[in-house]
Amino acid sequence: MKLIEIKKILEAEVLTGEYNPETEIEIGCSSDLMSEILAFGKPGSILLTSLTNIQVINTANVSDIKVVCFVMGKIPDENIINLARKNDVIVFITKLTTFESCGRLYKNGLKSCSYFDLDK
Amino acid sequence: MDNNKTTTKIQELTYELKVEEVMCTDVETVGPKMPVSQLRDVLYNKRISGVPVVNDNELVGIVSIEDFIKCLEQEEMNALVEDKMTKNIKTLYADEPLVHAIMKFEKYGFGRFPVISRKDKKLVGIITKSDIIKGILKKLESVYHDEEERRYRASHIFNDIIADEVFLKFQYFVEGKNFDKAGEASTGLKKTLYRLGLSPDIIRRAAISTYEAEINIVAYTDGGEITAYIDPHQIKIIITDKGPGIPDVEKALQPGFSTAPGWVRELGFGAGMGLPNIKKFTDKMTLRSTVEKGTHLEIIIKLSDYRIED
Repeated sequence: MKLIEIKKILEAEVLTGEYNPETEIEIGCSSDLMSEILAFGKPGSILLTSLTNIQVINTANVSDIKVVCFVMGKIPDENIINLARKNDVIVFITKLTTFESCGRLYKNGLKSCSYFDLDK
Repeated sequence: MDNNKTTTKIQELTYELKVEEVMCTDVETVGPKMPVSQLRDVLYNKRISGVPVVNDNELVGIVSIEDFIKCLEQEEMNALVEDKMTKNIKTLYADEPLVHAIMKFEKYGFGRFPVISRKDKKLVGIITKSDIIKGILKKLESVYHDEEERRYRASHIFNDIIADEVFLKFQYFVEGKNFDKAGEASTGLKKTLYRLGLSPDIIRRAAISTYEAEINIVAYTDGGEITAYIDPHQIKIIITDKGPGIPDVEKALQPGFSTAPGWVRELGFGAGMGLPNIKKFTDKMTLRSTVEKGTHLEIIIKLSDYRIED
């Protein structure tokens, strides 16, 4: 799924400036527990979370997650955005709930990170 | 696959590059009162197909070879440029990303766009499709060159150094209880491993396990050290701290077991997954801990697929 479609589906706003709307995202994951993301997140995926602290960006960075979307209208502070920019992590925000954000993306064909684990 | 990668890189570049970086700044211009007959010399001598019309430093129009041909057909060679030029011109700002220029070329089908500065709206350049192609190729070449140079610098190190055994050591100091700085060591190590030209999967496994260990140092201790030793066969990372130590190591290794205080949980950790995660992502993990003295964690990631490039 193209990043621009994800942005539309989530009615999201981009906080990290210019980004490539054609970027292909295949997999999504969601948790407020960063250890779960570290364990099951997949490279090149999008992470949806309602946790807003700097460790979300570090988690995305070490896991090669391309996009972080903060849900439920939570707005991350400037440090978080700066760290994301420095590490080429794209940051979205949406007013949708975690449940609805994941539901909309899943319904539109975005795969879950566990999908690939079960496949193996 | 490779083809897709290149496309993405070019797309990325169209967002990174600004119009001013690829436009031609040495712009030929004509005045509005110039007769069309003189236009021939300007277009022919400079081998261009269109030229902006400028009056007192202000861009007032654009006149192209098509306008010239029309005048030629209708025998209006004495007409003035201002009567034959396109007045309602589409322009680009110098600081716009290149992708905007590409979209405008597609939308209007013009051969060129005058580029103006956002501040004073004065003409600062002109851009054609060939400027865009040249600009992207030039940037790709420099990106490729930088990448090559970086790979050379780093990944040849094991070949260039003559010794019976070579290893690189990188050390990071981690502050305890400071969650704002947690992650700096592991993201730093990740960048370093990338420069060494290791495979993305290896880098990711090393980064995630170091990050979990770093979070543990920050959450439970007053500080510690992370030392990575890299040789052509493996990455060994030793994580040490000076206490308080783990009373029951066996229990600490059980998934879901955690003694994390509330503030650690609020930050998204402390779910009893740290050590199991480290184990999952590494080839070998050894944990020794003495209460009040400290914890010593050693992890190894094998580099079986590490190819030193010639």
